[in-house]
Amino acid sequence: MQNFINIFTHGIFIKHAWFVLAVPFLSFVFVGLVLRPLSKKASGLIATLSISVTTLFVYGIIAECFLMHRVPSGAAWQVPWLRYQDGLSATLGVLVDPLSLLLMCVVTTVSALVHLYSIGYMRGDEGVGRYFAFLNLFTFSMLGLVVAPNILQIFIFWELVGVSSFLLIGYYYEKPQAVAASKKAFIVTRFADLGFFIGIFILGYYGFQSFSRLGPTVPQALSPFDFAYLTSPAFIEFFKHETYMIFGLSIFSLTLILVFMGACGKSAMFPLHIWLPDAMEGPTPVSALIHAATMVVAGVYLVARMFPLFVASPEALGLVQCVGTFTCLFAATIGCTQDDIKRVLAFSTLSQIGYMMFALGVCHGGNTLGYTASLFHLFTHAFFKALLFLGAGSIIHALHTNNVWEMGGLVKAMPITHLTFLVATLSISGIPPFSGFFSKDEILLSAFINHQYLTFVIALLVAGLTSFYMFRVYFLTFWSEAKWHGHVHKPQEASWTMTLPLLLLAVLAAISGFTPIAKWIFYTKSQVESHRLFFVPVFGVLVAAFGFLLAMLFYTGDRKIVDHVVLKFAWMYGVIKHKFYIDEVYLWITKKVIFRFIAFPVAWFDRRIVDGGVNLAAWVTRKTGWLLRFLQTGQVQTYGIWLVSGGLVMLLVLLTL
Amino acid sequence: MQVSCLVFLPLLTAFLVIMTPRRFSYLIRWISVFGTGLHLALTIMISFLFWAEAKGDGELLRTSLVFKLHLVEKISWFDSLGIQYFVGIDGISLTMVVLTSIIIFAGVLASWNVKERAKEFFALLLILVTGVFGVFVSFDLFLFFMFYELAVLPMYLLIGIWGTGPKEYAAMKLTLMLLIGSAFILVGFFALYYGSGFYTFDLIKLATANFPVDFQRWVFPMIFVGFGVIGALYPLHTWSPDGHSSAPTAVSMLHAGVLMKLGGYGALRIAVFLLPEGAKYWGLFFMGLTTINILYGSFGAIWQKDLKYFTAYSSVSHCGFVLFGISALNFMGMKGAVIQMFSHGIMTGLFFGLIGMVYGRTHTRIISEMGGLARVMPWLATCFYIGGLASLGLPGLSGFIAESHVFLGGFFGHSLQSVGQSGALMKTFTLIATLSIVVTAVYVLRGLGRVFQGPIENAEFANLEDAMLSEKLSTGILVVVLIVVGLYPSILIDVIEPAIRPVLNRLAGGL
Amino acid sequence: MLASIFNSPYFYPSIYHWLVLSSALFSIGIYGFLTRKNAVGILISLELCLNSGALNFVVFDYFRGNHIDGKIMALFIIAVAAAEVVIAMAIFVGMFKHKKTIDVTEMNQMRN
Repeated sequence: MQNFINIFTHGIFIKHAWFVLAVPFLSFVFVGLVLRPLSKKASGLIATLSISVTTLFVYGIIAECFLMHRVPSGAAWQVPWLRYQDGLSATLGVLVDPLSLLLMCVVTTVSALVHLYSIGYMRGDEGVGRYFAFLNLFTFSMLGLVVAPNILQIFIFWELVGVSSFLLIGYYYEKPQAVAASKKAFIVTRFADLGFFIGIFILGYYGFQSFSRLGPTVPQALSPFDFAYLTSPAFIEFFKHETYMIFGLSIFSLTLILVFMGACGKSAMFPLHIWLPDAMEGPTPVSALIHAATMVVAGVYLVARMFPLFVASPEALGLVQCVGTFTCLFAATIGCTQDDIKRVLAFSTLSQIGYMMFALGVCHGGNTLGYTASLFHLFTHAFFKALLFLGAGSIIHALHTNNVWEMGGLVKAMPITHLTFLVATLSISGIPPFSGFFSKDEILLSAFINHQYLTFVIALLVAGLTSFYMFRVYFLTFWSEAKWHGHVHKPQEASWTMTLPLLLLAVLAAISGFTPIAKWIFYTKSQVESHRLFFVPVFGVLVAAFGFLLAMLFYTGDRKIVDHVVLKFAWMYGVIKHKFYIDEVYLWITKKVIFRFIAFPVAWFDRRIVDGGVNLAAWVTRKTGWLLRFLQTGQVQTYGIWLVSGGLVMLLVLLTL
Repeated sequence: MQVSCLVFLPLLTAFLVIMTPRRFSYLIRWISVFGTGLHLALTIMISFLFWAEAKGDGELLRTSLVFKLHLVEKISWFDSLGIQYFVGIDGISLTMVVLTSIIIFAGVLASWNVKERAKEFFALLLILVTGVFGVFVSFDLFLFFMFYELAVLPMYLLIGIWGTGPKEYAAMKLTLMLLIGSAFILVGFFALYYGSGFYTFDLIKLATANFPVDFQRWVFPMIFVGFGVIGALYPLHTWSPDGHSSAPTAVSMLHAGVLMKLGGYGALRIAVFLLPEGAKYWGLFFMGLTTINILYGSFGAIWQKDLKYFTAYSSVSHCGFVLFGISALNFMGMKGAVIQMFSHGIMTGLFFGLIGMVYGRTHTRIISEMGGLARVMPWLATCFYIGGLASLGLPGLSGFIAESHVFLGGFFGHSLQSVGQSGALMKTFTLIATLSIVVTAVYVLRGLGRVFQGPIENAEFANLEDAMLSEKLSTGILVVVLIVVGLYPSILIDVIEPAIRPVLNRLAGGL
Repeated sequence: MLASIFNSPYFYPSIYHWLVLSSALFSIGIYGFLTRKNAVGILISLELCLNSGALNFVVFDYFRGNHIDGKIMALFIIAVAAAEVVIAMAIFVGMFKHKKTIDVTEMNQMRN
């Protein structure tokens, strides 16, 4: 045992941290180019194996950090990549610090399990090789994102996760909805990335201006893009006092808001949330990995990574709080009305990310417990949400339908799925002692002690709603009367490759709340350990219990009650069910405004006016020629007269000069 | 000697092609492929030598502001007029020569199926390429102009004879517009010739001349606009959609991939380098104009129905980046412009090659008539998507390297000591131009989605075949280059940087 | 007396006289060229113009040092004119065969 522990005391894993990026990348290339055409089975196997190895490696790094009682600061490994000019270059590196370790742990663990699950889930599909290559690409990109030591690397991998998400949502490329959803996801996030990109410009611009002066005072800052530099007090002090104002906002706050716009896009915050529900057209394991556990929390990660900057700008942080709170409530209400199991889960994801966002946002009240709470919730959420999705995938796999009203009675047919789904549901609803309880409690607490009472109340309400819609799904799926008796095949559990990940995730979803995360991840250590208010968790649990009871009342018994309630609030129900018609508004803007009023006129203008100008010039030339040809009479003598009179005129001119 | 080989090898190949009897059509193709392949090998050899040197004394070059030319050959030609045969290579030239070599090789492979008058086709193509290589390596303005015309004129025949659609109209329009551009250029060159007081066309010598500021202010726009015509400067770009869509595959590849780069190259190499004061005076104006270029091209592309028009408009947008970067007049901007020339050349060559291949199978280029082609042509679809992602600036592919340089150059411009341009305006233009990354995503994904994704709509398309070997080779090379540059940008940057510095130095008032 | 007349500089025409003559010839030629309808007439008028040119050569040669080259030029002109007449007449014959006329106003196939 001692020998085993000794492995972790040399810092080997940290020293070779590049391994974390190299393995998934090489595996992506290998699977994509070599194995894909050869063997479906081998593709899945190698892809899963490589991610598992990466996972173990990450655990090795974590073990080292624990055993050596130190967390390395600065990038563990870094190479120059792109030199813009002297003093402004981008590096590729691996940053090992508590925050990135947390994310690495989440990403690799969930990814490895999803890979394993996919072997079973995607069996028999034609393009399995492609699927696994993309999944590896995604894992590589996501890892690159979370370990980025500078903002440019984050952006690079930010785009790469975007594109792998695009590829995986559109995996069934012959299904028009999947194609549309993938395009929508990419374009909406791209639009948000525009803000992020501009934010990077501005940060880089001010960073570059001050770097020669302040850079040397910041340890480990190689270029103005480095987080070490951007989040250093010296730079923040400099940037904060920049007097340039736009729209009444200081350039500092504006920059952070632009960066937050990027975060909003990736994390599907209102009003850029529209792509996430549609993204459920992708294969379910993809939804579990990308659109629940990892990629969509990248926005939270980004804000957390730049937290020192955000803390210095109450406006930006206030916006984070508002957007987070609103999305949290907004998505939860929609979640109560959806019939597609994956869409319910998608809206619940939105709502939970809203929790994480506003937990970061409330910190402008002075207490930074929210920072810890948010990341804690990110951690637990990844497991229980991935579990929910994989459970849903398991059900869809067995029943071939997404509609919760067509399920039911699966308790006996699929006991493992049922058990694990229950654990996840309890966890997300915040029932102790499951993991969601602890993290949600901390978020509520952070809102309360920062005196954000409105947010606190909304958060409590959403906790109730969460419990309600999750148990709604749970009851409808597992307990209500079975509607699948007409099917030829009786639904049953799939192979071990699918159930094993479910079980492992269930264990994680149950116990991950006990992780002493606050010990490692904090913004101000003293503020994390102080307050403990007794009534906050009690309220939380009570509200959740209420939601549970309501769901039980509605969905275990007669459907008439539900129908009655729906009829009573028909108008409101309709609006919510149609997701407040936000998609339609966007569609109108793109189709009617952008395409019809910008793109079409531009194309027309180009063909008619600009090209018309060219054709006009050609026409004028031709017409002039046509006119001039009447001078060509064919009479030699006319030409002679022209000649002679021309000669005379020239003679006259010469004489007079 | 190496540089002359580089220039005249295609001409020799063309000669061999002409000498081959018409009935050996296979031989004609093989000679062309072999000639261009040999050329590519030669180019790669030279560039490795060059790269090793640039990397070797990197530190020295990094600080050196002197214009350093490699492999110079200088033979006097018309002494009395100050005209020389003066060729050589620097970083920018090398980048462009490599680009051209790759594109012509891929282009010859992509036109494997040309049956009609194959001999003349390949001969003209090779003659045209000779002109292009000549432009990129000549440092004598007279020689430069001669090669420039050699590059522009065969296009008329190539489009007029082997084209599709309204080919006579397109060929005429393209040639006339480009010739108007070259008229401007010629006048500008003569102005330089006399204005310098040296009575020489030697570029290096002209760079030591002290042109009066007023002189620079009227000559600069003349040369810049003259090159702008071929670089698709708004509003002189309209030859490009018609020309590109009527041209046969290899010609579109070459034209969009390489010939449009002559514009950016000339603008940087001659207009900005020789007339720095003029550049400073007009920089903001042209930045504004190219901002329109960038957005206009991308919005125009959204509405196009024909795949080639679609790509041509995206070319207008991307070539806008080249001139935008140059007008930013600073290190990052100009470097980005050169990278963008390379990257866009490869990318658009890939696009037009692929469109030709798809057209050869479906016999339609109308986007709405296709659909679901990914099932039957996975190779072509994959290449198309990689090209599309490169064009929307995905990191990891070359487009991102170029665009981020150009944007950063435009945005930082003011702070980079380069010129006295208004910082706020430059930033505004840059921010407006960045909008294009979203619009590009919209049109690329819409266009490609309609062509390749979804169910197969036309039953005739269900039995089409994927790329054959020569096509796979042709597109494969281009894709690999896109990826290599995207992952390891230093391969270009190390070469380009030393060549940009002298230009910057001149802008700062040195020399 | 007679000798004195012959020796008087006024007896010999000066360069101006010759130039006036040549201009007159030239103008008559031009007039004819512009007004005649008959192709042969035009040719003759043209010959007048040519000869006025040749005369100029000879005159300038004589009055400016009497080198031989002006006269050689005149000979050239005569030779060239002869050749020209031959070609022109051949064309006219061809035209006449074709159109049964040598009226130049009828020869307007190339108009517009």
